[in-house]
Amino acid sequence: MEIFGIPLQAFLGQLLLGLVNGSFYAMLSLGLAVIFGLLGIVNFAHGALYMIGAYVAWIGMEKLGINYWFSLVTAPLVVGALGVLIERTLLKHLYKIDPIYGLLLTFGLAQIAEGLFREQFGVSGQQYAVPELLQGATNLGFMVLPNYRAWVVLASLSVCLGTWFVIERTRLGAYLRAGTENPALVQAFGINVPVMVMLTYGAGCGLAALAGVLAAPVIQVTPLMGSNLIIVVFAVVVIGGMGSILGSILTGVALGLVEGLTKVFYPEASSVVVFVIMAIVLMIRPAGLFGKEA
Amino acid sequence: MNAATDSPAAVAAVPAATPAPASRMARAALWVGLAVLIAAPFIGLYPIFMMTALCFAIFACAFNLLLGFTGLLSFGHAAYLGVAAYTTGWLVRSANLSPELGVLAGTLLAGVCGLAVGLIAIRRQGIYFAMVTLAMAQMIYFVLLQAPFTGGEDGLQGVPRGTLFGVLSLANDRALYYVVLAVFVAVFLGIKRIVHSPYGQVLKAIRENEPRAISLGYDVDRYKLLAFVLSTTLAGLAGSLKCIVVGFAALPDAHWSLSGEVVLMTLLGGMGTFAGPVVGAFTIIGLQNFLADRVGSWINVIIGAIFVVCVVAFRRGIVGELNAWQQRRRGR
Amino acid sequence: MKLTRLSAACALTVAALAAPAQAQVSGDVIRIGLITDMSGLYADIDGPAGAEAIKMAIADMGGAVAGKKIEVLVADHQNKPDVAAAKAREWFDTQGLDLLIGGTSSGTNLAMAKVALEKKRVFISVGAATSALTNEQCSPYTVHWAYDTVALAKGTGNAVVKAGGKSWYFLTADYAFGSQLQADTSAVVKAAGGTIVGSVKHPLAASDFSSFLLQAQGSKAQILGLANAGGDTINSIKAANEFGITKTMKLAGLLMFINDIHSLGLKATQGMYLTDSWYWNRDAETRAWSRKFFEKMKRMPSSIQAGDYSAALNYLQAVKAIGTDDADKVLAHMRKTKINDIFAKGGYIREDGRMVHDMYLMQVKTPDKSTEPWDYYNVVETFKGDTAWTTKADTKCAAWK
Repeated sequence: MEIFGIPLQAFLGQLLLGLVNGSFYAMLSLGLAVIFGLLGIVNFAHGALYMIGAYVAWIGMEKLGINYWFSLVTAPLVVGALGVLIERTLLKHLYKIDPIYGLLLTFGLAQIAEGLFREQFGVSGQQYAVPELLQGATNLGFMVLPNYRAWVVLASLSVCLGTWFVIERTRLGAYLRAGTENPALVQAFGINVPVMVMLTYGAGCGLAALAGVLAAPVIQVTPLMGSNLIIVVFAVVVIGGMGSILGSILTGVALGLVEGLTKVFYPEASSVVVFVIMAIVLMIRPAGLFGKEA
Repeated sequence: MNAATDSPAAVAAVPAATPAPASRMARAALWVGLAVLIAAPFIGLYPIFMMTALCFAIFACAFNLLLGFTGLLSFGHAAYLGVAAYTTGWLVRSANLSPELGVLAGTLLAGVCGLAVGLIAIRRQGIYFAMVTLAMAQMIYFVLLQAPFTGGEDGLQGVPRGTLFGVLSLANDRALYYVVLAVFVAVFLGIKRIVHSPYGQVLKAIRENEPRAISLGYDVDRYKLLAFVLSTTLAGLAGSLKCIVVGFAALPDAHWSLSGEVVLMTLLGGMGTFAGPVVGAFTIIGLQNFLADRVGSWINVIIGAIFVVCVVAFRRGIVGELNAWQQRRRGR
Repeated sequence: MKLTRLSAACALTVAALAAPAQAQVSGDVIRIGLITDMSGLYADIDGPAGAEAIKMAIADMGGAVAGKKIEVLVADHQNKPDVAAAKAREWFDTQGLDLLIGGTSSGTNLAMAKVALEKKRVFISVGAATSALTNEQCSPYTVHWAYDTVALAKGTGNAVVKAGGKSWYFLTADYAFGSQLQADTSAVVKAAGGTIVGSVKHPLAASDFSSFLLQAQGSKAQILGLANAGGDTINSIKAANEFGITKTMKLAGLLMFINDIHSLGLKATQGMYLTDSWYWNRDAETRAWSRKFFEKMKRMPSSIQAGDYSAALNYLQAVKAIGTDDADKVLAHMRKTKINDIFAKGGYIREDGRMVHDMYLMQVKTPDKSTEPWDYYNVVETFKGDTAWTTKADTKCAAWK
């Protein structure tokens, strides 16, 4: 069966791969949106944190024998702690000044992280083994899908929806959202806003690291894995609306699918289609699809 | 904390307004700098390195016009440098155009791209503007990557130097050096002119308090757009010149990491000053050149560390700090 | 006062332009420069170990030749042609570089060849594959030492078609090397009666091959030709196994080195054909040299690293023989002299810059036949002399026609 001259098999195959990519986009843009929403910082270091998460998992595996399942917990904790440290020592100086400085600072941090890991590990990347439980593949008829990739989609979407639920439907989330709108008032109510901000940044970093651990068996663990992704993730967040959690999740998945589709018809354009969509969205709805006008 | 866009408090935190009227010491420093630049090939400085640094100085000055004097952070400025470099390279190599026409064409095309991006981006402010310019620049990057004539990963190789105006052969490194130096001086003086002109004053007003400028009746979007186009055009000029100098146009010329570097050059040198970007450019290019094969990937760490230090503790940059120190001395 | 400064500036300028160009400094040192990928996806097949191989050549010459000391300069081009060209130019201008050895990545070697031609200095390309170096871009100053895409195509291409692989789909690295390899292999496959079903280009050092492999699978071709190298080849093969591509298509690694086999293991690669210019286990002489290399680097040398050694050695022998490092004289001597070392026997440099020597078609051993680590190949066929290379009839090099 053919759609527009392309066999259905190829179609579905690329769409499914696109869904896998989209799950990563969703997770990463979620973290970015959370951080931007609460701190007003455009966290350029997000890609680097994702990379560090993957390396923590890899180093854990190679040197300490920590297996994949434990890494899903340890990597976000380690990187989250790193995030808290960064927030306390560097970021907190920047809240009162022009947000471009936050962008530039995190850009600098990303460069430092990338440089350190490049120095240590080179550029060509390390292999991370797929955990035994998830090895093997399933023949879906139109393609053979490695089981691990199915797991990635499940895991990341669960995490995304879980985070969305916490932020939009729980009390803690309510404090967070209130803190975004009016920190002084929230502080007057007795909520420790600086601590909340610090932990939020840590949580955002932890989310990035979790995405890194999930990605490790799929792509090689290399110091460049973050910078390859970060610009696309930014575009996703801008399209979704820079403070909107749900927006970033939905847009992330949607864009993964769109990329997959593009690969079927016009593969060379797959890297640029995100930006074209961004340009169009910005012309029609400057605040993004789900964003509120600033 | 909402994403602060252009609240007066936020903008005022961006360092000093127009640079203080040049003190005698500052002017002397400028003359000494010029003298060193003129004498460079004779005092053992490698002309290719100097020319590359001068091209990046032009790039940084162009960027500073937008960031330091107009208050707009464009995070994809390298795209215009790249577009111009490829255009000039292809025209000079494959269409046998003479270098001055090639450079002119590249520069103009960069300006056109700037206009296209500016029209989309200018409606947004602050951080959104930066994000939009970044994404637009990525589009340009991928177009350059895919276009058959650019050579993709291999780059556009073998761009000949040619003869300037049919008389001066640019194959001689020294001859080309003085041409590049002349262009640099012209750009430097030109930017000074623009900033000190009535148009420049309006830009300054927009940077300091955009709502007030609007209320005074200025069509701020038009002013900002013009500044953007001017900036991208000059960035293109830097790219075209660089292509002639190194005989090459390659993808790193349009990559967003170069966009980040030019921000650093401007920040490190001193935003909103005239000599700042030049100092920043020479420092960064010099560092990269000197450390290139000695420290491997540590160069990224060093660049990143400079970024962090500048943002946290050194926002006025080298020239900015020097100016401030000067003023403190005079104030005493 | 301003006027005086201005006129002084003008006078300086005129003087500068009129002054004769500074004479090239050659000094009392022979400098050999290696610009290659030191840290990226090709770092294992050449990289720092290639520099070590050159140092071994210098040591074998006694550290000095014709009364001059020998120095090695090494730089990382990160697979960026502009970086390679700029570094080469800088070394020629300011360091008096005498011999430039080109490491991996065809794009960088094409760029370096142009610089060497402009500066009229010796350039020996060891690590690059593109046959363009001896065809469209041939130059009197370029010598292509080890292997090229034509040899790879004639070797592996013919072998695979003869073994039954008639329909091909290419997975190609999107730069000079990949395109050239695809082009040369397509020509050979078609001439042998095969068909090309399609192709897809992937970015250099791609992180995820899944979508490209899906496209390949959809083509229903018998053979998946991997027109890439190093880390890209390793990852393509891994992903092909993961997605079950290997159940319906056979993989043809058009450029593979012993380091790739070592990374992937014999289980994943057994039975694959590959064409190479040298094998450490070929004969007693190569084994002896390779053990010396192994002591230093803890792994067996690839053909590129052996090529680095050979190129440096033969250059230094030429300089010793004629007592000068003048580029034209050295090249003239090298063209008259046969190459007889651990790398090649009876090799010679042709008018188009090609160093002609035997090439080998090899097949990867099954795990049970491998007697020691790095014992991975059976030599299936030897292409003697100029049978592997571009012929005079096909050449696109103006100087040789």
